[in-house]
Amino acid sequence: MSEFVQFMFSGVTSGAIYALAALGFALIYNASNVINFAQGEFIMLGGMAAAFFNAHGVPLMLAVPLAIAVTAIAGLLVEKLAIEPAKNADVTTLIIITIGVSLVMRGLVQIFLGKNTRPLPSFSGDAPFSALGATILPQSLWILATTLATVAALAWYFGRTRAGKAMLATSYNRLAAQLVGVNTRAVLLASFGLAAALGALGGVLVAPITGASYDSGIMLGMKGFVAATLGGLGSGMGAVAGGLLLGIVEAMTAGYLSSSYKDALPFVLILLVLFFLPNGLFGAKTTERV
Amino acid sequence: MSITRRNSLGAALAAGFAVAMAGPAAAQGPVRIGAVLSVTGPASFLGDPELKTLQLYIDQVNAQGGLLGRKLVLVHYDDGGEAGKANGFTKRLLDNDHVDVIIGGSTTGSTMAMIPLVDRAQVPFISLAGGVEIVEPVKKWVFKTPYTDRMAAERVFADMKQRGLTKVALLSETSGFGISGRKQSKLVAAKYGITLVADETYGPKDTDVTAQLTKIKSNPAVQALFVFGFGQGPALVTKNYAQLGMKMPLYQSHGVASEGFIKLAGAAAEGVRLPSAPLLIADKLPAGDPQKKVVEDYVTAYTTKYHEPVSGFGGDTYTAFEIWVDAVKRAGSFDKAKVRDAIEQTKGFVGISGIVNMSPTDHMGLDVSAARLLEIHNGTWTLVK
Repeated sequence: MSEFVQFMFSGVTSGAIYALAALGFALIYNASNVINFAQGEFIMLGGMAAAFFNAHGVPLMLAVPLAIAVTAIAGLLVEKLAIEPAKNADVTTLIIITIGVSLVMRGLVQIFLGKNTRPLPSFSGDAPFSALGATILPQSLWILATTLATVAALAWYFGRTRAGKAMLATSYNRLAAQLVGVNTRAVLLASFGLAAALGALGGVLVAPITGASYDSGIMLGMKGFVAATLGGLGSGMGAVAGGLLLGIVEAMTAGYLSSSYKDALPFVLILLVLFFLPNGLFGAKTTERV
Repeated sequence: MSITRRNSLGAALAAGFAVAMAGPAAAQGPVRIGAVLSVTGPASFLGDPELKTLQLYIDQVNAQGGLLGRKLVLVHYDDGGEAGKANGFTKRLLDNDHVDVIIGGSTTGSTMAMIPLVDRAQVPFISLAGGVEIVEPVKKWVFKTPYTDRMAAERVFADMKQRGLTKVALLSETSGFGISGRKQSKLVAAKYGITLVADETYGPKDTDVTAQLTKIKSNPAVQALFVFGFGQGPALVTKNYAQLGMKMPLYQSHGVASEGFIKLAGAAAEGVRLPSAPLLIADKLPAGDPQKKVVEDYVTAYTTKYHEPVSGFGGDTYTAFEIWVDAVKRAGSFDKAKVRDAIEQTKGFVGISGIVNMSPTDHMGLDVSAARLLEIHNGTWTLVK
């Protein structure tokens, strides 16, 4: 029993991080149908910036929001400098541009913030909590709580605010949204800023556990993409469910089968899901009208 | 300049040919040292201190009037950690730059891609990578200075044996470093009477490994844990190990032998044991230690110039460069065949990697004692006697 609980804790910790990464994918996909492969680099930049500020004497309480702000600005710059100039290109071209952006970001961080893994202190100590014979780090609880709060905040944003509704309208039908007066260009810009901030949030939360390094975005970005696809691209609920599912499946595989299969099973899972549910677990059913 | 004629006729002819080609004027020109290092990319933590060390010591030799009266020039290329590029750059070093020696190959992959070219061109080649396959089987022109992952595993198993720990869980990383380490560990465990009762892996960028550790913890046979990984992964393992309140002795590989590991793992690193070159504990080496002076001089020179902590990779580069300088001095010439022979005859050379004793059957020249066993205590390294 205590083993199972420990595996659950392990899976939920990783899963919540994947969920935050997946939410970023969902946001930008909704606004533009673009899969932003630079999402992982936003996560990396958040963690690296926070660790950098903290190492240079900025208190943690200030370093975290500062890192998120810096990354959000980076997200806006990416949209302004790389995506907007190519706004008339098709989606495939834009996706390739995001891959280029990710390489540039990784390279710049490597040059200016260094190649070493940087540590970041835990938000509230390292003494683990015990429950049901298993242990969990305070930082994992921070991750879980923040992911839940983020999901709630996003639900409020999309359901109750004008800007959120405009973003949602753009995702349903860009032309119609434009016709009723939504500035779809501003929506796209905002989606990049928001996705970058979300990514950075994930980055600063996970950095105290793993440390931050210039190349940590690749894996997190990929797991986030898998989680987003699993849940159904563009669905906020799906991103969270996909992330948690991915994390838990990984932990259970490592725990009960063998850790050698840990990285393979999620991909088997994604194949199965896409085979039987092509729109993912929570993806909208799209019907083509003739 | 004294040239002894004890080498083969072919070598002598080659030397004569080289002199004839170069002409008397060029004989006074600079000597070119070639290097292919992974200064950027995923292995940049290797290539960066390696390049800095090479530049530092080449400048030092030049400032003292050069080697055998000639200046040294470094020709270096960055392979970005890609073996394919390493091969291309080696070709350029040999065909266009006409170097007299090649140092580098930061990674085992790059080194293996360089070997066939160097072998054909017959140029002395000293690799800075860890893999056993570089010098086993012995290749005529290929040498290396870092000790191998097999020796790291042997050093750890020897200590376990001494403490009466025979049932060991292995947790290795799914990176090249970890995969090779796992292979070598399984190969030498029996030699020390060690049985590997668990064999788990983790990904280098995983965010949690408590699942694997829980499995190991609940295995009643396990007496000690040996982690083979590099960079942030082992730090995460150490933190999760502390989180689960595990009590079995925790051993890490030489892959974590840097200050960064203690910073990342924090208080959880207390009591962790690992094998390392003596570089990390320069100030803690006993006064009579034969390597003390060499190690301390290097630390002073490197930190004064670059204002950053030394790493074992830079230390291995120092050893490689100084072995070549030493061989050139003994050979009394830059002739490639003579220098190669002199490198092979290196005996009792005090480097940073260890005391080097090369032979025709051993092109690394280090034994297991080159690795010191350290224990982390109060956030710093202590030497295990």
